[in-house]
Amino acid sequence: METLWFWLVSVMVAIYVVMDGFDFGAGILHLFVAKSNEERREVLAAIGPLWDGNEVWLLAGGGSLFLAFPKVLAAGFSGFYLAIWLVVWFLMLRGISIEFRSHVEDGLWRHFWDSTFAVSSILLPVLLGAALGNVLRGVPLDASGYFSLPLWSDFGLGAHLGVLDWYTVLVGLFALVTMAAHGAVFLAWKTAGPVHERSKGLAGRLWALVLIFWVLATLATTAVNPAILRNLPHAPLAWLATLIFLGGLGLVFTGLHLQRFLLAFLGSGAFILGLLAASAACVFPVMLRSTLDPAFDLTALNAAVGQHGLRVGLAWWLLGFPIALGYVAFLFRFHRGKVSAAAEGEGY
Amino acid sequence: MGDPLFWHRLQFGFTATYHYLFPQLSMGLAFLIVVLKAVGLKTGDVRYDETARFWIRIFGINFAVGVVTGIPLEFQFGTNWARFSQLSGGVIGQTLGMEGLFAFFLESSFLALLVWGEKRLSRRGHFGAALALWGGSWLSGYFIVATNAFMQHPVGHALLADGTYQLASFWTFLLNPWALAQYAHTMIAAVVTGSFVVASIGAFWVLKGIHLPHARVNLKVGTAAGLLASALVAFPTGDLQGKLVARHQPITLAAMEGRFESGPRAGLTLIGQPNVAQRKIDNPIQVPAVLSFIAYGTFSSDVRGLSAFPQDQWPQNIELLYYSFHIMAGLGTIMIAIMGLAALLLWRGRLEGNRPMLWVMMLAFPFPYIATTAGWAVAEFGRQPWLIYGLLRTAQGASPTVHAGQTAFTTLGFAGIFVVLGLLFLYLIGREIAHGPTGHQA
Ligand code: HDD
Ligand code: HEM
Ligand code: HEM
Repeated sequence: METLWFWLVSVMVAIYVVMDGFDFGAGILHLFVAKSNEERREVLAAIGPLWDGNEVWLLAGGGSLFLAFPKVLAAGFSGFYLAIWLVVWFLMLRGISIEFRSHVEDGLWRHFWDSTFAVSSILLPVLLGAALGNVLRGVPLDASGYFSLPLWSDFGLGAHLGVLDWYTVLVGLFALVTMAAHGAVFLAWKTAGPVHERSKGLAGRLWALVLIFWVLATLATTAVNPAILRNLPHAPLAWLATLIFLGGLGLVFTGLHLQRFLLAFLGSGAFILGLLAASAACVFPVMLRSTLDPAFDLTALNAAVGQHGLRVGLAWWLLGFPIALGYVAFLFRFHRGKVSAAAEGEGY
Repeated sequence: MGDPLFWHRLQFGFTATYHYLFPQLSMGLAFLIVVLKAVGLKTGDVRYDETARFWIRIFGINFAVGVVTGIPLEFQFGTNWARFSQLSGGVIGQTLGMEGLFAFFLESSFLALLVWGEKRLSRRGHFGAALALWGGSWLSGYFIVATNAFMQHPVGHALLADGTYQLASFWTFLLNPWALAQYAHTMIAAVVTGSFVVASIGAFWVLKGIHLPHARVNLKVGTAAGLLASALVAFPTGDLQGKLVARHQPITLAAMEGRFESGPRAGLTLIGQPNVAQRKIDNPIQVPAVLSFIAYGTFSSDVRGLSAFPQDQWPQNIELLYYSFHIMAGLGTIMIAIMGLAALLLWRGRLEGNRPMLWVMMLAFPFPYIATTAGWAVAEFGRQPWLIYGLLRTAQGASPTVHAGQTAFTTLGFAGIFVVLGLLFLYLIGREIAHGPTGHQA
């Protein structure tokens, strides 16, 4: 049961990254691929009806973590206190910039929100990537089951850890280029005209960057947390996940080559899902690794709530999850095809 | 102020109070939009559809602010109340998880459809989207209220040897009688807020002499729903809340009423200032025996005062509790009077010509916001010193590793963000009101 919940939580977080990932990507790129007001509105129209639902995957994933592993939530959220609030503030800023921008027909107003949309979309993947880096690297959990980390100390991996060090920043940058590349294929798929052309042009170069950062991040991870390499042979799921993300990567390049952008987008989603699943499989059952002593690790086994709660949760999760997927499918179908900027006053 | 607990409480109370300003309008409007769309669908009267479209635009802005102010609340359970989350996650994680999976997805998906889809959906389809949005927002309300109700009146749980609370009976927990009463009261209060806002805009347009056809729709729907909801919020739902507090949190009741001595035939204080140091009410105006009746159903019931309880179990902020309760109930009475009068005039066909009444209705929209804020203050300060009533003290629930410097930083950060957000919100809403229902035609 605990194992199952470990995977349910991981799946929801991974879906969040894939879904909100293309919103981030659109935000990172929109200043470069959309120059005029009309073009910016086109980008917003592509993510406008979807972004809030995408963000709910984060809340629902967090809710599942709370339900099944409150110890991990409590230790992680209070330990990363300031980092969490930075993420939340940028999430707030991002949402407000999307929603408020098109309400007022004024150049300065729109310029301001375009910039905040870009800045928050750039910083969020870096911070969330760094969070993943922290999970892989480990945190100074002690016998009390809690820890506390400053935002940064000396950017080294020595005795004084910070949320940001050279390793976690590297993972953050990897996340940034991946989200940008993911967003580029999304925009290439959903838009037409100049935005489409520019996104297409960027996509190839961004995916080449993804490859470089992937190699760097993987090498660094195996150096920082050698246990991952040791786990690999015993984790068949990690092999499966590796196949998925390599397949996804293949699809991306095939799709870009054949100009089939839906294919490339699906490939890009598979790449992210597979990569996160592979990481989860390699660290399982550890959810929050202690750098002080493996005995202090918070694992799926020692951090879970009672069996009854897990079973009840599973019952409604099995009901709710397909409904949530249904909404996503419905929304994508309803807003299928290329978008165009809606008339002023309609929607965004 | 060097105590992290002070900042945790300030931050949570401030952000929750601020957040609630928005969902109450969303929940109230979601219901009224369904009413407007239903009338439009039934009669084919386009004024109703146009008025609904106007309120959907307002809803969109209000919802956006509701969402961005709600996200920090969800995170605060982990960041600021880590001990509490760790100990009670086995229980309240259920409702918080369900809210995400069942309610938030529903809301966010169908709002997109409501805002973006009117041209592409059939009229029935658009009505369906409004229904789904109403369902989503009211479902969200239930899950969060059920979470709060567990903190007010914990049921359905078991205490394990390691100090954690685990789910023992899902249905007992989910159908907590406290949650049912609290839900009925809060949802109806949300409809009060929605009605007062709708009626207020109607009155404003009539006074300005603009958008008259839509102003009439707003006045009619706002007044009818407003009278009904204002009455229901006091009786039976408010009354029920009071009885639950009397039964399960008698200390809170005593503090709400500023009652220090015990005894039968307890009087209801209408006006007076609690003097906690001397344990009495100064300058009281009281109605004899009514408190006994409200709390226990007979005029002779014994109502215990604060002196009957050890002082370390008193809520810390008796003055605030007392005034909050009196403001809520007092405004509730005033709001019934306003809507009653408006309904009478409307029925006689004289509301539109009665400018003083229109002025009152235009200016009355803050009342429900004040009443709901006061209501939450009663509930939350009344729960003190407990975080989970009778089980866990507030001081034991805070995060062990977060220090005051960090929480003060984030509290101040929120203060800044929320001021800016509030100004932007008012600016955008003001523009929409000026544009009116037809100003935006594409
Ligand atoms: C329009 C708003 C409004 C109005 C007019 C009233 N209430 Fe209320 N009240 C609320 C809006 C509200 C609320 C915001 O919905 C609260 C906050 C927490 C809750 O459960 O509902 C609340 C809480 C609340 C509580 C505290 C429950 C607790 O401790 O958990 C009591 C005892 C009452 N109410 C009773 C009343 C009575 C007797 C009223 C008589 C007129 C009344 N309320 C009017
Ligand atoms: C239903 C969901 C809610 C939950 C689960 C909840 C939970 C909490 C928690 C954990 C605290 C901190 C502990 C404490 O000081 O008591 C708190 C305090 C507080 N909450 Fe709530 N709350 C909810 C709704 C609200 C709403 C909607 C409001 C206001 C409109 C509100 C107002 C406050 C205030 C003012 C405090 C500070 C009380 C104090 O410091 O004594 N709460 N609440
Ligand atoms: C402390 C407790 C609370 C937490 C943790 C919380 C959390 C949240 C979150 C995360 C959202 C955004 C959802 C999205 O992305 O779509 C939200 C919105 C919402 N919340 Fe809260 N909330 C709290 C208090 C309340 C209360 C007491 C109510 C009602 C009784 C309420 C009703 C709503 C509604 C209806 C929305 C939809 C947005 C809107 O209509 O403005 N919330 N809340």
